Amino acid sequence: MSTLAPNFAVKDPRARDAGGGAPPSFGGGGDGNGGGGNGAFNYGERLRRARLGLVLGLTAVIMLFVGFTSALLVRKGLPSFDAQTNTYSRDWVPINLPWALLLVNTAVLLVSSLTMEFARRAITRKAALAPVKSIPGVSLGDERGFPWLGTTVILGMGFLAGQLLVWRILHEHRFFVNTGPSSSFAYLLFATHAVHLAGGVIALMYAAAASWMLHKPIEAQRIVVDIAAWYWHFMALLWIYIVVLLMIVR
Amino acid sequence: MATSEVVHAHAGPQGFIRKYIFSLDHKVIGIQYFFLALTAVWVGMFLSLLMRIHLIWPQANLPIVGHIQPETYLALLTMHGTIMVFFVLTTAPQGGFGNYFLPIQIGAPDMAFPVLNMLSFWTTFVAFVVMLAAFFVTGGAPLHGWTGYPPLSALQSTGPGEGLGADLWITSIAIFCAASLMGALNFITTTLDLRAKGMTLMRMPLTVWSWFITAILGLLAFGVLLSAGILLLMDRNLGTSFFVPMVVVNGQLLGHKGGSPLLWQHLFWFFGHPEVYIAILPGMGVTSQILSTFARKPIFGYRAMVYAMLAIGFLGFMVWGHHMFMSGMSPYSAFAFSLLTMAIGVPSAIKTFNWLGTLYKGRIRFYTPMLFAIGFVSLFVSGGLSGPFLAQPTLDIPLHDTYFVVGHFHLIMGVAAIFGIFAATYYWFPKMFGRMMNEGLGKAHFWLTFIGTYAIFMPMHYLGMAGHPRRYSQLTEVAYLHNLIPLQTFMTYAAFITIGAQFIFVINLFWSMLKGPKAADNPWDATTVEWTTATPPPHDNFGGQTPVIHNGPYEYGVPGAARDFVMQTDPAVGAAH
Repeated sequence: MSTLAPNFAVKDPRARDAGGGAPPSFGGGGDGNGGGGNGAFNYGERLRRARLGLVLGLTAVIMLFVGFTSALLVRKGLPSFDAQTNTYSRDWVPINLPWALLLVNTAVLLVSSLTMEFARRAITRKAALAPVKSIPGVSLGDERGFPWLGTTVILGMGFLAGQLLVWRILHEHRFFVNTGPSSSFAYLLFATHAVHLAGGVIALMYAAAASWMLHKPIEAQRIVVDIAAWYWHFMALLWIYIVVLLMIVR
Repeated sequence: MATSEVVHAHAGPQGFIRKYIFSLDHKVIGIQYFFLALTAVWVGMFLSLLMRIHLIWPQANLPIVGHIQPETYLALLTMHGTIMVFFVLTTAPQGGFGNYFLPIQIGAPDMAFPVLNMLSFWTTFVAFVVMLAAFFVTGGAPLHGWTGYPPLSALQSTGPGEGLGADLWITSIAIFCAASLMGALNFITTTLDLRAKGMTLMRMPLTVWSWFITAILGLLAFGVLLSAGILLLMDRNLGTSFFVPMVVVNGQLLGHKGGSPLLWQHLFWFFGHPEVYIAILPGMGVTSQILSTFARKPIFGYRAMVYAMLAIGFLGFMVWGHHMFMSGMSPYSAFAFSLLTMAIGVPSAIKTFNWLGTLYKGRIRFYTPMLFAIGFVSLFVSGGLSGPFLAQPTLDIPLHDTYFVVGHFHLIMGVAAIFGIFAATYYWFPKMFGRMMNEGLGKAHFWLTFIGTYAIFMPMHYLGMAGHPRRYSQLTEVAYLHNLIPLQTFMTYAAFITIGAQFIFVINLFWSMLKGPKAADNPWDATTVEWTTATPPPHDNFGGQTPVIHNGPYEYGVPGAARDFVMQTDPAVGAAH
């Protein structure tokens, strides 16, 4: 598809920055470069490092939910002492979750994970082709693909709105955060997941801004989108874990 | 070298704010952590002094605090423990020295994620400010101890400090968790991904190993503490019952029902025990480094040292129950926790044996860092030996609520870790500030602190065996404690002298920073990579060069070498090594 036309100036200055010989200018990208040493700005190495950082960050998130889960299992198994009657009783009242709405929310989140994956693949391809594009005179045609990132942001916000609806339904059924341990845990798990997902939405907005406004080289954008995508997939996985947990330990 | 600018990810800082306040340079961030910890340790020490004065002169009218009520005493105790554990013992060795020297020792230009590194420091700073704010709100600081056991910590009405003060305390801990997690993932990524060419895992200095293992412990432990903190905040403010059972306070039945105070203890100590190793492991690393350097001998059993630290870190996650023998846990669980706890004695003994093996027949140079490193070994043994006592439920149950435990954990976790920090300060000060510290003042500081801390904390073991309960604020009111008051008085005088000695340290620190003699690049004839670069190191650590590593970290007394040491970046020593 490329057309070779020497003696033509390259249109896109960003692409030239990324692939050309001149050292790219970058501010506060957030990482250093270790062993490389060949002088080139090694995006592959940066990506690997960022992914390692993400895996470790997610380990911390997992430990947070390990804490919640063990608390849930222990709390459910405990009889509660009634000081007035001097007897033990079980105070665990199963919570009535709006399963239909939760199913819809789950579907929205899974679809968003899919669109996120499309966004990740699109930018990976674009980044791979960047060096070709930087050859003077090579054009790959107009590359305006479907706005997968934007779609993911909207779906993510849709999920959060759906969760707010779940919250309201619970309120209408008089399941408040302090009604009983089952509702306390449901609110806790939903809210903690929502906070983490909101963080993901902000990261996606940053990724979108990085491509439109900050004029970062395509490889740097790709790293942001790639990390946001894996984080997003993890959030979907975490959501499924939470739903299954609340299904089993009601 | 044009490419060197490219290799280093962020440009050299311009302007005061970018250079010294919101710096991305791991060296500046390390120094920021160091001074945060230095501030915190003076606050913590001041609180302990107030407690010691109150114990023997309960009627004294003190400046600032006035006459100390029993509740105030508990608030002092809580804040002393919290500030010392979190903002000194966790902050200085890892955030301070780890930040400054981990990248340089592995030949990296900076941490893996400099922006995250900066965020991590400033988040810690915010946590410290929130913690101190607890002193100034209505009711003052909380009185639930650094372990924050519910229901005392979970209800607003249990004491004067348990209102807003306790909320600030928990919030501060939660913020601190987030900061530590950021730091931990940065340390691990840096160690795994940014090592210079030739810096294999088994050529890493033991300091790097200790920071690396500490970071793994932090990554796995702080998330669980955060979860517990969130649950506790909900119990306090949203009326949930995770930790609070049905409870009557002042004749009034509160709305809580069915929660388990023991659940908090499990979650807290799952963090709390690894936290002990988070505090002490970097001290072990720096002690190994210094003993080898100043004994002019390779560290005895390098690999064994690495495996011992890994074993301590691993076992550290399986022994939290030994803090809870008093909670009425099943004797079978207690037995399992007891055995696992005593198993930690094995890697600890390996480390001690190897330290002594390193000293054996060494040509020891008794500089101040070496004195503090030997002091660390001494305190580690003295404080550690009471560990197997307390690991047994039959002994722990009578001793647990006595001064015996206070003596034990202050020697091993408090003072030993502080000696690690002092050793690191005297050892690395020339590299960090480009000047030497005064040896005479350093030695005076060492001897006074060494003898002083033993004088404070050794008698606590006797007090404990005599049945003296801990956390009591009024000793003069209790008849059976009267005979023990002279010992308490002796400890308070020892505390005065020891705290006085710390002024020598501070004067030495600041005076040397400004007026000390200029330091050479490698004043201790040491081998690791930080001593190959300029003093103090340039912004990218190596002035555009990328070090290549050819040797292990402790090549001292190498036969046939020109000097008595071979640096890690020197050409490889013979096949015999």
